[in-house]
Amino acid sequence: MAAIEVRLPVARKLVVQSLAQGSDKHLVAPGDTITTDTGYMRGHGTYMGDEKLVASVAGTVERVNKLICVKALKTRYNGEVGDIVVGRVTEVQQKRWKVETNARLDSVLLLSSMNLPGGELRRRSAEDELAMRDYLQEGDLISAEVQAVFSDGAVSLHTRSLKYGKLGQGVLVQVSPSLVKRQKTHFHDLPCGASVILGNNGFIWIYPTPEQKDEEAGGFVTNLEPVSLHDREVISRLRNCILALVAQKLMLYDTSIVYCYEASLPHQIKDILKPEVMQEIVLETRQRLLGLEG
Amino acid sequence: MASVVLSEAEKVYIVHGIQADLRVDGRGCEDYRCIEVETDVVSNTSGSARVKLGHTDILVGVKAEMGTPKLENPNEGYLEFFVDCSANATPEFEGRGGEELATEIVNTLYRIFSSESTIDVKSLCINPREHCWVLYVDVLLLECGGNLFDAISIAVKAALFNTRIPKVRVLEDEEGSKEIELSDDPYDCIRLNVENVSCIITLSKIGCRHVVDATLQEEACSLASLLLSVTSRGTLTCMKKLGNGSLDPESIFEMMETGKRVGKKLHTSLQKILDKEESLGTTRQKVSD
Repeated sequence: MAAIEVRLPVARKLVVQSLAQGSDKHLVAPGDTITTDTGYMRGHGTYMGDEKLVASVAGTVERVNKLICVKALKTRYNGEVGDIVVGRVTEVQQKRWKVETNARLDSVLLLSSMNLPGGELRRRSAEDELAMRDYLQEGDLISAEVQAVFSDGAVSLHTRSLKYGKLGQGVLVQVSPSLVKRQKTHFHDLPCGASVILGNNGFIWIYPTPEQKDEEAGGFVTNLEPVSLHDREVISRLRNCILALVAQKLMLYDTSIVYCYEASLPHQIKDILKPEVMQEIVLETRQRLLGLEG
Repeated sequence: MASVVLSEAEKVYIVHGIQADLRVDGRGCEDYRCIEVETDVVSNTSGSARVKLGHTDILVGVKAEMGTPKLENPNEGYLEFFVDCSANATPEFEGRGGEELATEIVNTLYRIFSSESTIDVKSLCINPREHCWVLYVDVLLLECGGNLFDAISIAVKAALFNTRIPKVRVLEDEEGSKEIELSDDPYDCIRLNVENVSCIITLSKIGCRHVVDATLQEEACSLASLLLSVTSRGTLTCMKKLGNGSLDPESIFEMMETGKRVGKKLHTSLQKILDKEESLGTTRQKVSD
């Protein structure tokens, strides 16, 4: 039966604010004076104004010896070597793919920095170059690792491991990169029956946990069989939970997602996105996380 | 229009989900996303409304101005529509990029309101052949997150419901020259009857089923969609096909039935919330301000 709910808007309230958190961080808004001491060096996100060091973005102040930077809270993705990212191919070029990763510039994936189907190790020939669109075409999603960052901030990716490569069926959620917590691993098989890749660039891929781990094709043949209804329900619920956590500005990592998932179980999947339900489950998640920290 | 690129596998996932009546965000095929409506958000208009439907964000302002009636309908006022595709919504709208979409929306709105029963345009007439009210309906797209047409029609209806036109009287002196007198009381105004204003229900054909309120991702998977304008009584007043795919006559009938059913429900929910907002009066803190 059709469900239509029309409502009046309510001002969004963050539950996190009601629970004291991270008060030791030095937060600044644009125009705030960071220091009047002239002995410091000016870093990213700051400028000198009347002998004072002033913030040009809103974020946290970070100090390395004499250098002061402000790390913006709302930002595009700034690549760092070793990050795991999820990206979408936007262009196929000579020996390279252009990949959209929510950075200021498109990232590149070189033909030479990816595993050929079947994990074959050899020099890339002209035939490989012609068959590039067979491997990845426009619109395809990939998971990859950052290999290098160029001087202009553009990122070069590699997929030289069976972990990385083309992504199959699943759901992509785009969030702010500052909400993804840096961890040892960003590939998680959650106990609820689905897997997530938490890309450092804020692209989150939710997919059904594959049955056999090592695929022979090297991840270039996508399975187009229908996903079971149970898996779909789990994936949709996870998607809505992640959106709820993001709306309330909670950090995303495996524990927070699992807790939020468990808190959401009494509600229907489509109801999770209602503001009041969202607040309730995020508050519950937050309290369990605080309990975990001790 | 704003569009997204999806990989083949993502499309397959969405299509299979719709076949199983479980969409990516957990909705069924006939469920709408949560609609947020607020009226009277722009102070210098006669009536305004802001509607949010998922990521779609629409602002509509209605401005009543005095004009001369059209020659063919000397004792009727009329409505003028204008759609602005803000480049804030998507960079594609920059410059003249949004013009094509804007024209399409404007034409659709004119078609819906072309029926005489939609709005009583005779009540907008002040002085036959000489003066009438012209309602300028300006639609601003602030964000596009799929299902634009439905959101716009809801916003237009809410804004027209909110519209207050000052009462004027025509005074005639001995020499036959007419003078228009505006009422001193700012609360002395006429309201429009929006009972028969129809809403658009867009049904997108995805795979072998159809869905209402498609998101951008779902729109990317659909080949054809049917735009139905439905009144609160469930009468179909206008129909239009969008997209380059084809539709089977049988599925068109099915879609029409769904459209009528969903449309009736949408009208009841919308009217309920508009009445509720009005009953709260001016004490309510506006959110969109």
